[in-house]
Amino acid sequence: MPNNEPATAAPVGRLLRDNSWTINRRVIGALLIREMLTRYGRNNIGFLWLFAEPMLFTLVLTAFWTATRSIHGSSIPIVAFALTGYLSLLLWRNMPNRCINALQANMSLLYHRQVTITDIYYARIILEMMAATTALIVLFIAFFALEWMNPPEDVLQVLGGWFLLAWFGAGLALTIGGLSEKWDVVGKLWPSVSFILLPISGVAFLADALPPKVRDVMLWLPMLNALEFLREGWFGSAIKAHYSIPYVLLFNALLTFIGFSLSRQVGLDSSQA
Amino acid sequence: MIRLTNVCKDYQTKAGPRRVLDRINLTIHPGQRVGILGRNGAGKSTLVRLISGAEQPTLGTIERNMSVSWPLAFTGGFHGALTGADNVRFICRIYGVDFEPRFEFVKDFSQLGIYLDEPVGNYSSGMRARLAFAISMTIDFDCYLLDEVMAVGDETFRERCKYELFEKRKDKAMLIVSHSHRYLRGTCERFLLFREGQVEEYDDFDDVYFQYKEMLGEAFESKEQMVAAMQ
Repeated sequence: MPNNEPATAAPVGRLLRDNSWTINRRVIGALLIREMLTRYGRNNIGFLWLFAEPMLFTLVLTAFWTATRSIHGSSIPIVAFALTGYLSLLLWRNMPNRCINALQANMSLLYHRQVTITDIYYARIILEMMAATTALIVLFIAFFALEWMNPPEDVLQVLGGWFLLAWFGAGLALTIGGLSEKWDVVGKLWPSVSFILLPISGVAFLADALPPKVRDVMLWLPMLNALEFLREGWFGSAIKAHYSIPYVLLFNALLTFIGFSLSRQVGLDSSQA
Repeated sequence: MIRLTNVCKDYQTKAGPRRVLDRINLTIHPGQRVGILGRNGAGKSTLVRLISGAEQPTLGTIERNMSVSWPLAFTGGFHGALTGADNVRFICRIYGVDFEPRFEFVKDFSQLGIYLDEPVGNYSSGMRARLAFAISMTIDFDCYLLDEVMAVGDETFRERCKYELFEKRKDKAMLIVSHSHRYLRGTCERFLLFREGQVEEYDDFDDVYFQYKEMLGEAFESKEQMVAAMQ
């Protein structure tokens, strides 16, 4: 018969006393570790995929670009171009992917009083942000060591652009995640929508290369604006960037507001499922 | 104290919204043990979920000044890819308590030995139940929720669970959902019978069990006959 009770018991009332910020941080931290373990596993092979996939993409694009140099004659630093494009896409696109139907998969965690559905969203968003950022840093260091790419001309501007993309992704994730709990069809349609957004969000082109009329239409996409801003920070004077930061800020703020309301609503209706 | 005021709970069904609980008023005081009876689908588990906070009431309010456990021995929160130890660690993290002493306790109590380092997905349902019960006992709550749990494990394990719950935690409030008269009689001091969205209060087990049996269509002719039949 086990009889080591006082050692195992948490002080009564402590669960009630801690303020909600402490609890939120604790819960999100715990969820983050849980997500990391279940996604990447304990052996490091799973974790390596985080870098392998964007690395392969960058290499394939670089090879293709180099092979066709005689046709396009462009002198853009292709490795940096492909890397920033693809990782930006991963950054904002994977967050919604991970938040779709997040409630259904984690409903049982809500039995713990301090776990809320928004904590689950935040943990998943933060994990994606960390994953994409780690991939960017590691791959940059690798390609820099190989002398395939130059460091950014303006690090702060790159960080700013990266932050804007992450913010956009977070707002989008809360919105899409919240909608997907209300209407299944949103979760089903999102892969198609993100597939359509893939080629037009600047992964493989610069806005300057587009005809002005097309460009004006395309710049309604906030992620293209943010990516242009990021690339201007990276390449500096080598390219001519087109963007409006106030537009991105406004769009992100609005999207975040909608996302907060929708994801909170999920918490309130989680019982309907 | 936990106080429910005019609590209603609706669920969407194909036939439209269905009110499972209708204007429930209920107060649970510290240290009280409450037995809950009712047919399947009468709202017993819904009440447990509302009190645990996993769901919100459609109408009405729930006040809690006591810490409330998750439903005891609940295995749904486990992640199959995580090991038993990982799951203990996760619980300790979200409740903000030290891992080491609790892990020692879980090891000791569940007697799962080396399996604690294996993914929970590979556990049998009995092993899962042992782990879940052991984890439930590592956090000290003021009120415990038990939803049909005592059917788990073998005889000796059940005895250990009983001791852990009803001897060591005799001063704690408990909400116990069960169909078993052996289990409720003598354990609880207060009983709730769920019937058509309403809750009826009883102090005496024989009274509530008589009503319950009648509701199931297995009525005894008299209470004395029922008591005799249960011996």
